Amino acid sequence: MTEAAVHTGMAANIMNYVFPNDLHVHWSLMIVLYPYITGIIAGAFIVSSLYHVFKVQDLKPVSRYSLLFALAFLACATWPLLNHLGHPERNWEMLVTPNPSSAMAGFGYIYSLYAVLLIFEVLFIYRPTMVALKAQATGKMKTLYNILTFGSDDLSPRSLALDKKIIGFLAAIGIPMACILHGYVGFIFGAVKARPLWSSPLMPVIFLLSASVSGIAGVIFSYVLIQKFKGRPVDSKCVITLSKFLWGAFIICFTFEMLEVFQHSYLKTHHWDMIHGLLWGPLKTSYWKLQVGVCSLIPLFLLGILILFKVRDKAFVFFATIASALLLVQVLLMRWNVVIGGQLMSRSSRGFTTFHPEFFEKEGILPAILIMTAPLVILWLLGKIVPMWEDKGVLTSTEPTTGHK
Amino acid sequence: MKNVKAAMNKDRREFIKKVLRGSIAGSLFLVLPMGSEGTIQVPEQIPGIRGKKYDMEKQRFAFIVDITRCIGCGSCCVADKREYDVPDGHYRTWVERYIKDFDDNVYVDCPNGGLDGYQKPRTDIPGKIRDTFFVPKLCNMCERPSCVQVCPVGATFRTPDGFVLVDKDYCVGCAYCIQACPYSARFLNPKTKTADKCTWCYHRVRKGLLPVCVHVCPAKARKFGDLNDPESEVSQILASPDVITVLKPEMGNHPALYYKGLRREVV
Repeated sequence: MTEAAVHTGMAANIMNYVFPNDLHVHWSLMIVLYPYITGIIAGAFIVSSLYHVFKVQDLKPVSRYSLLFALAFLACATWPLLNHLGHPERNWEMLVTPNPSSAMAGFGYIYSLYAVLLIFEVLFIYRPTMVALKAQATGKMKTLYNILTFGSDDLSPRSLALDKKIIGFLAAIGIPMACILHGYVGFIFGAVKARPLWSSPLMPVIFLLSASVSGIAGVIFSYVLIQKFKGRPVDSKCVITLSKFLWGAFIICFTFEMLEVFQHSYLKTHHWDMIHGLLWGPLKTSYWKLQVGVCSLIPLFLLGILILFKVRDKAFVFFATIASALLLVQVLLMRWNVVIGGQLMSRSSRGFTTFHPEFFEKEGILPAILIMTAPLVILWLLGKIVPMWEDKGVLTSTEPTTGHK
Repeated sequence: MKNVKAAMNKDRREFIKKVLRGSIAGSLFLVLPMGSEGTIQVPEQIPGIRGKKYDMEKQRFAFIVDITRCIGCGSCCVADKREYDVPDGHYRTWVERYIKDFDDNVYVDCPNGGLDGYQKPRTDIPGKIRDTFFVPKLCNMCERPSCVQVCPVGATFRTPDGFVLVDKDYCVGCAYCIQACPYSARFLNPKTKTADKCTWCYHRVRKGLLPVCVHVCPAKARKFGDLNDPESEVSQILASPDVITVLKPEMGNHPALYYKGLRREVV
């Protein structure tokens, strides 16, 4: 109150007033997971494209794995949305009668197109492998491989050359598609003018960059973990190259994230009072301490030291894995802080509501854990059908031609 | 003697039978529909709607809230909750209380959406109070509604006569419209699991009746009418030199809900 006494003539908003309908946070954990999962898909696809399109040879060990990784998450991307909808049985309306002016209506189409592209990319890359597997398989598995290889056993050089062309084409159009998919998800938030934390042209850019970060970090983290678990050697060259891309993507991502806050703080519009109150109030721990402090600055410096200084390969892989894990959490926290944080600010511009997810509720913590576990189970199942890693024993056709360089 | 008694008993039985038959037959009149002609006719409240074919293109409705008249009794909120059976904790309309002290501090509250009326003054204001007023809120029926723009399936739409409505049989319950509304007028109805909000009582308006909150307001703080009718009260208020404004004009939504005497503190 002493502060209020020395006012400058401007009406001060000193009491917490939240519009009655703003007390409830409508977009909760499921909508935090939705951009997180689509981000991982887009990011993992970019890893695969770095090898298939940009011929980054070091990434060969994870070129196939990253695609399966993306596919596993793609299979679950709509789950949080369907669980969130009040009437999930009406979801088809979005495809049948989309409202062209809605920023959300296009998701079904963009997602479906991307799904088709990713599935075909995987099928063509694995075709020679699956033809070989088909010859060894019996019963139901033989039928499955027969369907997945389009019933074609043709492995002639001409056929493989055509496959390679198709793979290159799909991977190439996959990059803009991945950017559209996730930039678009960012736009769904950026297009909401009623929420000052969301309505920013930077939102799609930040979402896209953080998608790359989560995808690359996800591939590094899971690759190292699976290799260690299976007792196989980790290709340190691959991890080093991935880490370089991860560091680069994160530097730009983090810069934009900070730029967004700095811009608000410098402009000092009437929104700033609320954004300041949010970031230093309800989000102080999840934003400044966890997202920025622990999960951004530590991996930023860790990766910087690893890349700029001479570090032994083993130590590099170890610390890069830790940095990747932190960055996976960073992106999840960023989604949380944007999605939940944006709704904590009441449109009364005078107060903040609270949000505490329950464990067992429909959109609670347990469903969130189940949805995040599902892609890992699907990945394991995919690994039963096709080899995740380059297997010397099985015929492969997808190596980029060295003559291209 | 015995014969007389027997005759009387027989009469009694007949009598009871007749009474029972009569009451069953009579009660049927209560159950069977009587036809609308027999019911009470509420006098027309919006002139020019009854007795002819409704032309959606011919009307342009507006709502005016007069801040200088609202007494914060909460009658509008009660009437609205009864009209629509609004679930607890959700509000199609609500009344805010603003208190301003001599240091320009603004204190706003809205316990239970103003449903219980503001019966007691606030005691937690440390400074000397300069001014206090009530602000009823409801759907702004924007000419450029954000909710209609973002609805992915077109379940929320704007009628030619200026009402923004929700088709609850088509709404998927994604809550995007709730995020997009700058006025926080929308909520997700926990019963229907679809978006819900104030409709300016479209079902009443089409029958020539005022929105229920307008009808019950004892202070005439809520006014409703057709702007295409120059004789209507709303037309005359908008044509008067009174200070008329809308909420959050910077949002560019062009509300059809106007406020008379609105203060700059109101968001």
